[in-house]
Amino acid sequence: MKKFLEKITRGILFTSSMVTSLTVLLVVFFLFREGIGIFNRNAVEEHHVIAVNPENPVRELTSQQIMNIFNQDITSWKEVGGTDTPILLASVDDVANQYTEEQLGAEFEHLPELIEQYILENPGIIIYFTDNYIKEGFRGKLVPLHKIGFAEFIFGKEWFPTAQPAGRYGVWPLIMGTLWVSIGAILLALPIGLITAIYMSEVAKPRIRNLFKPIIELLSGIPSVVYGFFGLVVVVPLIQKAFQLDVGETALAGSIILAVMALPTIITIAEDALRTTPRALKEASLALGASHWQTIVRVVIPYAKSGIIAAVILGIGRAVGETMAVLMVTGNASVVPHTLLEPVRTIPATIAAELGEAPFGGTHFKALFALGIILFIITFGFNLAVEAVKSRKK
Amino acid sequence: MTLLMPVMMTAQTFKIKGSDTVLPLSQAEAESYMKKNQGSAITVTGGGSGVGLSAIISGTTDIAQASRKMKMDEKVKMQEAGKAFKEVIIAYDALAVVVNQANPVSQLTREQLEGIFTGKITNWKEVGGEDMKIVTYSRETSSGTYEFFKEHVLNKKNFATTALLMPATGAIIQSVSQTKGAIGYVGLAYLESKVKALKVSYDGGKNYILPSVENAMNKSYPITRPLYYYYLIASEKSVLPFVNYILSAEGQKIVQDQGYVPLKK
Repeated sequence: MKKFLEKITRGILFTSSMVTSLTVLLVVFFLFREGIGIFNRNAVEEHHVIAVNPENPVRELTSQQIMNIFNQDITSWKEVGGTDTPILLASVDDVANQYTEEQLGAEFEHLPELIEQYILENPGIIIYFTDNYIKEGFRGKLVPLHKIGFAEFIFGKEWFPTAQPAGRYGVWPLIMGTLWVSIGAILLALPIGLITAIYMSEVAKPRIRNLFKPIIELLSGIPSVVYGFFGLVVVVPLIQKAFQLDVGETALAGSIILAVMALPTIITIAEDALRTTPRALKEASLALGASHWQTIVRVVIPYAKSGIIAAVILGIGRAVGETMAVLMVTGNASVVPHTLLEPVRTIPATIAAELGEAPFGGTHFKALFALGIILFIITFGFNLAVEAVKSRKK
Repeated sequence: MTLLMPVMMTAQTFKIKGSDTVLPLSQAEAESYMKKNQGSAITVTGGGSGVGLSAIISGTTDIAQASRKMKMDEKVKMQEAGKAFKEVIIAYDALAVVVNQANPVSQLTREQLEGIFTGKITNWKEVGGEDMKIVTYSRETSSGTYEFFKEHVLNKKNFATTALLMPATGAIIQSVSQTKGAIGYVGLAYLESKVKALKVSYDGGKNYILPSVENAMNKSYPITRPLYYYYLIASEKSVLPFVNYILSAEGQKIVQDQGYVPLKK
């Protein structure tokens, strides 16, 4: 009977760890499956085409050119290798508005013909529509579209996922934005966190420590949106005044908020590491005539080094994926930043802000999952670093 | 259970889905309607105009709420699905362009707004203000308000990459109130004295109109859009009492209380 119970317990333990591992693997698999799909797509939504007049000599358009055309920055076909004809932008709704309901037919059955007719009548036309209007023997010319390339995706400098008809998917500003904010946060949180941890574990009297410790731990219980709003109302105007900037929503504001959010993790873990220094080591140092400060610097910190590094990495790893607080204070303009005093858009903020409205399974949707992969690689890198530091200790 | 049955039978139960702009209004209307008509159950969810319209095509909602007119593509899909629908305008919504209180500029033309938000105009002195950099605030790209502003003010051109994208209207108000060179746009319902609303001209600078409920109602304020309900004629019987309630004087009062523009006084 006892053996039987033991077997059941073992079975339950095995199943739960099995299920957990499988779930993690499935999530990663799902992330990669959805994300990799971006390289199979072109910048125009699936089942949509861009057509021009058959006489138009233009061969291929890049997504940059398409965007400039629809932004009306390019107004003549001459600028993209065609003849000197003004460009006429049109949509299906424009075509439908040209004709009466009678002409369209009760079930809109004449719409495909009318679109074709409209394309043939206007030499300068460029029109964007779904491919179900293309009937056999379509006489308009479809503009060939090229697939989104890897280098174009990673190093592209423009992020306009909802631009019609061709979105621009360049994630370089987002990657740089994430790195700037994270590195800024590390530089701020590292010294403050370490000093506090050392003070709490070695210097502070028990009474002060018992007062500070719960306060610091309280920091990690505050919802991130509260941090975000605090940042927007307090930190952003402060930065704007301090640096005489036009705009206070900057990478620095994000770094400060992230540093504050990472502090409880860093302090708690680093303090625990510092406290593991054996009493005998410290007393030996003091007995040899070293002062309290010398003991801290020469004995306690070196002993707890790996624990301290792990604390920093875990704290920052948590901060890199933080969404809401950053979304509120960094301004979210997708430009490549050159200093900490410019607005940036981070990867987590982009995913959170855009996933809700991206059509399921569409190009934009896939691009956001690809961003998820990049974020996954960044945080995975942090975790690997933790592992490396830990194993060095052994 | 048997006691509940008769109530359930007479009550109207249906779903409303779509635009997040219309969402607060539909919720307020549904709450008040359900209080008056015991036993009716109306479920209101958001997700965006496009989501609502594709839900009515696939038959997963009874009413689609939308902050834009149904597109031709969607009409064709409705036709293919063999569904006849009706369109009702339930209220209007106006957008106000706002700047910092300290900014001396008080009016802009549509062309100037287009230049500012697409990044062609970058200094306030180009539009008659001080020598100060313009900081543009916009809503996130997923927002219907963003789409509306792009279509009606920017002439379908894209925003400049340097525009700061804020996650909520409240954040835009906050940022504009504390940034001297700021310009942004918010729904009329959200207008506060912390920021200054600009007069806007759509006729090249002849008439500048201040955003207000009155000006939106008499159609003189140009950045106004209708809010729509779409429902299937097949389910007219269950949804029509509710639609009529919104259009009634009482329903239109809720429209105004929620900060939208009623159809008429």
